Amino acid sequence: MSAHHDDRSFIRKYIFSTDHKIIGIQFLFVSLFFLLVGGLLAMQIRWQLGFPGRPMPGGGILPATMAPGGVILPEYYIQLVTMHGTFMVFFAIMPLLVGVFANYLIPLKIGAHDMAFPTLNMASFWTALLAGLIMLAGFFVPDGAPRAGWTSYAPLSARPDLSGASYGQMLWCISLVCLGLSSILGSVNYITTVINLRAPGMTWFRLPLSVWALFITAILGLLALPVLSGAAIMLLFDQTIGTHFFDPAAGGQALLWQHLFWFFGHPEVYILILPAMGMVSDIVANGSRKPIFGYHSMVFAITGIAFLGWIVWGHHMFVSGMNPTLGSTFMVTTMIIAVPSAIKVFNWMGTMWRGNLRFHVPMLNAIGFVAMFTIGGLSGVFMAATPVDIHIHDTYFIVAHIHYVLFGGSLFALFGAITFWYPKMFGRLMNEFWGKVHFWLTMIFFNLTFFPMHILGMGGEMRRLYDPTQYDFLKPYQPLNTFISYSAFLLFASQVVFFVNFLWSLKHGKAAGNNPWEDNGLEWSLPSPPAHGNWETVPTVYRGPYEYSSPLVKEDYLPQYRKLDTDREPAMTPVSGH
Amino acid sequence: MHWWLPAQGSTFAGFIDTLFTVILIITGIAFFVVELGLLWFTFRYRARPGRRAHYTHGNLKAEVIWTAIPAITVVALGIVSNHYWKIIKGRNSVPADAYQIGVHAKQFEWQITYPGPDGVLGTADDFTLRNDLHVPAGRPVVVHLSSEDAIHSFFVPVFRLRQDVVPGMAINAWFQATTPGEYELACSQLCGLGHYRMRAHLTVMTWDDFQAWMKTAAQGATS
Amino acid sequence: MTDATANAMQPPARAERGLDVYNNKLGMWVFLGSEVMFFTALIGAYIILRFGAPGEWAKPNVVLAVPLTGVNTFILICSSVSMVKAFAAIADGNRKMLSRWLLATIVLGATFVSVQGVEYWKLVHEGFTPAGYTDGSHVAELVAQGKLAAATGGLYGSTFFTMTGFHGFHVTCGVICLIYVWIKSLRGGYTQQDYRGVEVIGLYWHFVDLVWIILFTIVYLI
Repeated sequence: MSAHHDDRSFIRKYIFSTDHKIIGIQFLFVSLFFLLVGGLLAMQIRWQLGFPGRPMPGGGILPATMAPGGVILPEYYIQLVTMHGTFMVFFAIMPLLVGVFANYLIPLKIGAHDMAFPTLNMASFWTALLAGLIMLAGFFVPDGAPRAGWTSYAPLSARPDLSGASYGQMLWCISLVCLGLSSILGSVNYITTVINLRAPGMTWFRLPLSVWALFITAILGLLALPVLSGAAIMLLFDQTIGTHFFDPAAGGQALLWQHLFWFFGHPEVYILILPAMGMVSDIVANGSRKPIFGYHSMVFAITGIAFLGWIVWGHHMFVSGMNPTLGSTFMVTTMIIAVPSAIKVFNWMGTMWRGNLRFHVPMLNAIGFVAMFTIGGLSGVFMAATPVDIHIHDTYFIVAHIHYVLFGGSLFALFGAITFWYPKMFGRLMNEFWGKVHFWLTMIFFNLTFFPMHILGMGGEMRRLYDPTQYDFLKPYQPLNTFISYSAFLLFASQVVFFVNFLWSLKHGKAAGNNPWEDNGLEWSLPSPPAHGNWETVPTVYRGPYEYSSPLVKEDYLPQYRKLDTDREPAMTPVSGH
Repeated sequence: MHWWLPAQGSTFAGFIDTLFTVILIITGIAFFVVELGLLWFTFRYRARPGRRAHYTHGNLKAEVIWTAIPAITVVALGIVSNHYWKIIKGRNSVPADAYQIGVHAKQFEWQITYPGPDGVLGTADDFTLRNDLHVPAGRPVVVHLSSEDAIHSFFVPVFRLRQDVVPGMAINAWFQATTPGEYELACSQLCGLGHYRMRAHLTVMTWDDFQAWMKTAAQGATS
Repeated sequence: MTDATANAMQPPARAERGLDVYNNKLGMWVFLGSEVMFFTALIGAYIILRFGAPGEWAKPNVVLAVPLTGVNTFILICSSVSMVKAFAAIADGNRKMLSRWLLATIVLGATFVSVQGVEYWKLVHEGFTPAGYTDGSHVAELVAQGKLAAATGGLYGSTFFTMTGFHGFHVTCGVICLIYVWIKSLRGGYTQQDYRGVEVIGLYWHFVDLVWIILFTIVYLI
């Protein structure tokens, strides 16, 4: 298949497409929708926490069983909390990072016509969409959405008599098995493609860090999602056919769920950050006009994080009742995993050091990522210290940590990445001015929303609490809760700027040429957007991905595909015509 | 509005708070190094006409230094943490003479069983109260935690003590309270709709007051 | 492009050689990695539950038909042998024997699933279900006689049916894929130059067999 005249039907081109670029864009639209859903759920949570027991504006549209007169009930609140986490983790951040960018970037950045298995790729998208719809259906079944948190601890999640949720809890399990399948099929594609379809000259250590990160993430997903599927199936069986995996009364073990879930769950959070780190590397190098500082260390840090990520899961379970000796061993591994992340932060700084910094919107967001991820990572040190964790576990300190790494980290990286690759996807640039406005508003309101949560956690405010004012020791924090809610509303409102910019620019954005960012990647040699099949002839690669400000040329960038007189052909001889 | 950790109410609180502060200082230094560094770089190295970036792929010495310092720091923190972890949660951490109280968690209340005037748990003069935990100060206390239904979590902020209560498991958690006063016990693990109000009143008393209370409480309680 | 079909059993041309393996085979190996993790979750849960169980775990031959399942195991192993024969046949260019050995594999595989299905039916009929054992049933009698520990009776069914059930599901999927490959082989879809599909389904089939050998050992023998 090559970039010849494209005579596919509209449906084959844009709906049931096997083209990795279209599939990536499909993931983009669907995941942005779920990001919005997750955000709306968060707004309702913040309403209840900021103004407990008061009728919510617009709450009248909710059924009386959930919010009579717009006043959120505990049964609805706990569904909001559960679904916010579930949608954000599984249907927003993960598919935005992997579904969008692994699909869109990998073939382009390694010099392939498409993925190794294009039809399987299409199946992966539709399976993910199906999973999202199944999850959404949870709101509309009897007893509503699941009520056991996004972590769905047993036995609460296994017993409707304990949680109050029945079908919703089952749909949660079914949806995630479906999503797991989608993820696994995707991983098979990404891994095979990166191993076997790299263009001549694209050796392993010439791969951009975004590709390295996506490749390692794919391996994590391949091996972690099946464990979640297994666990979800066991939970579903406990809920439906009467098995006793997590039922202590019949010899089952409540902690078994936690071990299974977190054995998946910890690699999962690295799935949620590594692609962001990879893309930030590409963008920081581009914005600094300098090679990445310590490219090899960056690769080893990614693989180190991925490997260590398998042996830290118990740090979610320090006070769970598991053997305290395990607490000691998991503490050691958790402390160690801080090191490769620290290396990366210093290497990004090293990249900016003595650079010639261009503050385009992607670069602003990438620097924002480094700044915010640092805070999130440092707060993790408190949790790794087991005696301190005893006090802050399951409090808003943890909520602060999660959001600093997932929003301050992954989401800022996504804003940058979407803006950066938008011109390649759609042929137009997003508006620069409004991109900067969005960045600053988000940065300000993000910190105002989430930094105070560290204080709440220190004071002992627990997670998933419908009404903190039930506790005398939490009443003094109510003004801070209200402040956080106001900040959160403004944070959400600021995202309107991004969404409008995104949609408006599709039709009215400035036309982008091939390489508006003067970047070195292979994709920027192609028209924006590239044709089906990407290249007529697969390109040849002559150097690494970050040769900015090279003394060899006058320009401050030197693409991987550009041949200089001093370059030799790689050992593999290109075959013409394919 | 309280900006720091809660009042210290147990012998654990002292070293936990110190460890917290030490970590805050260490991470605070890292925070300022990174954030101020980033800020400085954005000003110092912003693009200006005629400038070109310094072309380098890295510096091994720098990398070794900024790998070694975090590594040594976290290992040290780990060693210190583990020392205190073993004191609080270790296999043999519960003092032999700890005063025993039974705590049975269920949706959505805490059933506290006291040993009664004879001071021995499991005898005829034991009695149970709902959501009303009294403990003596100045001596070790161990709570025997059990759950009726879902996973709950025994959380006393002023003690800096938290322990999940798991159905099917018998778990012990010990502490030594220091300051008499009125506090609260909270459930810290989502356990259902009433999780937010699974609250118990906690009273820390001197040993003498505790004994006196025990005599009168035994009369007015369910056994 | 003639080059591509001539070299179908080789890695794709015009690329940095990642692994010396063509895409479909690499993809199947990678996919099998995920399958290993899936069964690890189920088997890991079984091990944790069995060795952490409050009471004694049932001896396999009290409820399960070990000899019959032993024969069934042999049948599945034979199907792996026939699969190897099929692969060897087409590697030699023998399309006729390819189809025959594929059919043998299908028959043996389908037999395995059927025998399993019959065993399930028998067990449920005797009162042994995923939820435990039903009152008044033959299995309940065994519990009353002390031959099956009450404390772990329910759990035994949970783990047994889930592990063997998902294995059976995987075998069934394998049989369906084998039927597709067999039909394609009858139509001359595989040649000595290109028999990728045969190798790929063969890999899957051997994996499914290996999982069964592990399951048979830890569920029926130990």
